[in-house]
Amino acid sequence: MIDRSIIISGSAGQGIQTVGYILAKTASKAGYNVFSWQEYESRIRGGSSSYRIRISDYPVNAPFVKADILLSLDKKSNEKYLPLLKEDGIILDEHQTGKRIINVPFVGIAQQTFQNKLFANVVAVGALGAVIGIDPDTLNKIISSQFSRKGEEIVSKNIAAAAEGYRTARKSCEGICSWILPKIEQQYYLITGNEALALGAAAAGCRFMAAYPMTPSTGIITYLSKHKDRLEIFTEQAEDEIAAINMAIGASYAGVRSMTASSGGGFALMVEGISLAGMTETPVVIVLGQRPGPATGLPTRTEQGDLLFAINAGHGEFPKLVFAPSDPKDAFHKIARAFNLADKYQIPAVILTDQHLADSYFTVENFELDNIVNKSYLADPETIGNYRRYQLDHTGISPALYPGQSQHLVCCDSDEHDEYGHITEDLELRKRMVEKRLKKFELLRHEIMLPEEYHISGAEDVFISWGSSKNAVFEAVDKLRENKAKVGAIHFTELMPLPEYEFLPGKNYYTVESNATGQLGKLLRIEYSINVKNHITCYSGLPLDHEYIIERFLHG
Amino acid sequence: MVNLEDYSSNIENQWCPGCSNFGILTAMKHALLALDKNPEEICLVSGIGQAAKLPHYLKCNLFNGLHGRALPIAVSINIVNPELTTIVVTGDGDCYGEGGNHFLHTIRRNPDITLIVHNNQIYGLTKGQASPTTDPWDKTRLQFEGVELEPLLPLATALLHGCSFIARGYAGDIKHLSELFVEAIRFKGFSYVDVIQPCISYGTHTVSWYKERMYKLPDDYDFNNKREALIKTTQWGEKIPVGILYRNDKQHRLFGDHFKETIFNGKLTELGFPPHQTIIEILEEFR
Repeated sequence: MIDRSIIISGSAGQGIQTVGYILAKTASKAGYNVFSWQEYESRIRGGSSSYRIRISDYPVNAPFVKADILLSLDKKSNEKYLPLLKEDGIILDEHQTGKRIINVPFVGIAQQTFQNKLFANVVAVGALGAVIGIDPDTLNKIISSQFSRKGEEIVSKNIAAAAEGYRTARKSCEGICSWILPKIEQQYYLITGNEALALGAAAAGCRFMAAYPMTPSTGIITYLSKHKDRLEIFTEQAEDEIAAINMAIGASYAGVRSMTASSGGGFALMVEGISLAGMTETPVVIVLGQRPGPATGLPTRTEQGDLLFAINAGHGEFPKLVFAPSDPKDAFHKIARAFNLADKYQIPAVILTDQHLADSYFTVENFELDNIVNKSYLADPETIGNYRRYQLDHTGISPALYPGQSQHLVCCDSDEHDEYGHITEDLELRKRMVEKRLKKFELLRHEIMLPEEYHISGAEDVFISWGSSKNAVFEAVDKLRENKAKVGAIHFTELMPLPEYEFLPGKNYYTVESNATGQLGKLLRIEYSINVKNHITCYSGLPLDHEYIIERFLHG
Repeated sequence: MVNLEDYSSNIENQWCPGCSNFGILTAMKHALLALDKNPEEICLVSGIGQAAKLPHYLKCNLFNGLHGRALPIAVSINIVNPELTTIVVTGDGDCYGEGGNHFLHTIRRNPDITLIVHNNQIYGLTKGQASPTTDPWDKTRLQFEGVELEPLLPLATALLHGCSFIARGYAGDIKHLSELFVEAIRFKGFSYVDVIQPCISYGTHTVSWYKERMYKLPDDYDFNNKREALIKTTQWGEKIPVGILYRNDKQHRLFGDHFKETIFNGKLTELGFPPHQTIIEILEEFR
């Protein structure tokens, strides 16, 4: 089995993303499973960051820690990431020579051969390609498409630069590394969580998005804006997150599916708007891309610290949906599902992701478009008679129309209101309206998917996880089971409302979460009266990986 | 043909008896009648405050949202359905205080909506605290020694940020006010009317204080002249000008024009759901 790990490191502005993306895309094009993630500092230039790629011939979609290959574009980064190199790992370096070091003067070659040090990155890509043994034709194809917008001359120069890097590294590889990645006749999708969310929203018929830029959620509106001609979606950069959610609510009231996205601090500003959506029963989808808090925290890193915040977001009591997809395929389908459920129940829906899911490239085998069933939940204005936006009935779901659709007037109020949507202080009516809104929550509960069980039967120790850590947790289970440990996992992606679910007795349960306080554990205690005592937590700002989980499981 | 009765709402009015808001409501009905707008063609959007209750008292579509947040709601309603006559009804606290940021940026966007601000220079619903337009050293029920802050100059602010229709009306002159509303609603672009609305319960000025100072802009006032408008929009105190203070009649870009020209020109509700094939084709770019 092939499972190769690469770290590309350098300072911000050196272009490690370009190097990493081209290599990841090439490996994907060659038919391999690729997972790549980045950890970087919140700055435009300088510092030390890394782009990590895992290439395998079986599905992984989870980070690794120890690397087979370390490529550093500067000395400082080399020193920082050297401890992560496996004992028999290979260093690819501009200056250093020595045992298990492949010397390729990226900058030197770029300057001498191409009279421009900007080509150093592509020389490095070529050198990396040689070390991992990738097919040069596939590499050239990816380079061509990457630079095609800049004209033919730039494309051919870049291909020549990569070839030079490839040639130089190949020579030094002799006797050190004999890795090859033969082309496999397989084509996977290589896609980030943010891209998948944007496309899933578009697939569900989202026609309006407003957002204020905030890492790591900005990629969603960026993607939709870039492709708005084909997706026919109106996007707007709002003046703040408060405006963003109110715009999304206004668009939804006016009759289209709409969304917004932010991270913790911006989401905090949106919370009053979520309550407004709850009160006016206006469907809206909000993506919360988590990053470590409190306050500004670590802006470019990852955490699952806002679970309980999302669950409790919004003053007052009203139904709401909270989903936390585990990977881009799940994100694509989950957001489409959220749009349809939000419409059906006229409620706000929160999609919880994190920097790890938002920015990382995952391999997806297939998307199941046929499973996305878009349905309009609007009432028929012709047959509705005396229209009341908040008509009371046994389901709690009132007939929805939009203004201008017909002669019926559509009145919505953030105050407590009567059936017509007009402000009221009738306290008996108030009680009935509260009950009406909460009724929807009970119906919604029956729509919720059960958590995914993994090797539960016979397991003595069971990990319970949620959201983007699924693949790392399941990989930890796999590795532990290879060593005969009786371990399983339960993974939640639909967290509010929680489904009817029974935890089998007689097992040791552990929550595995990227936060410090074991928030899922608290939620499970409230909802299922199960007291999980063991928590494997990670709050460094780095994503969970199987080695970390195993280490903490075995040694505390 | 629509008639005045068509706008009658049977909702119990919560305003103080004798409130000048009633004048604004009547003026609004007359303006909509003059424009021959059916109730279902109108969408009133408001936030929180006594002014923000107006939509309930006029039969039409309405979205009564959060304090300060009427403008972003109205902006997106206008984008989704440009055929609706979208009007924001708000007060000085709602619009210039809580919603100040949206006021600035909505002016920059230039959506085809109308903004009507009931400006009574005080917080009424919360019982008499200073608003952003309360005059310096006026005493209130919270600023006991008087307001130390300089007042906001909202009309001048609007002018400086490119607002193309700026007017001031008076709640007590229903005929003139309804004429201003007609002009504002007809105007293609962001039109803004600040309405002097004396608060009889908590206001720091009496009705006569305003009456002594207000004057209608003369017929020969050139409202297309931005320099002159800067003088008029900053004039307050001894003399208070009323009428259309500034109007830019040149063609200007509306919010959403670019989208309409390049992507889709119509109500966004007409777009429906995309065919799966569109998404499948785009997904192929990730392989």
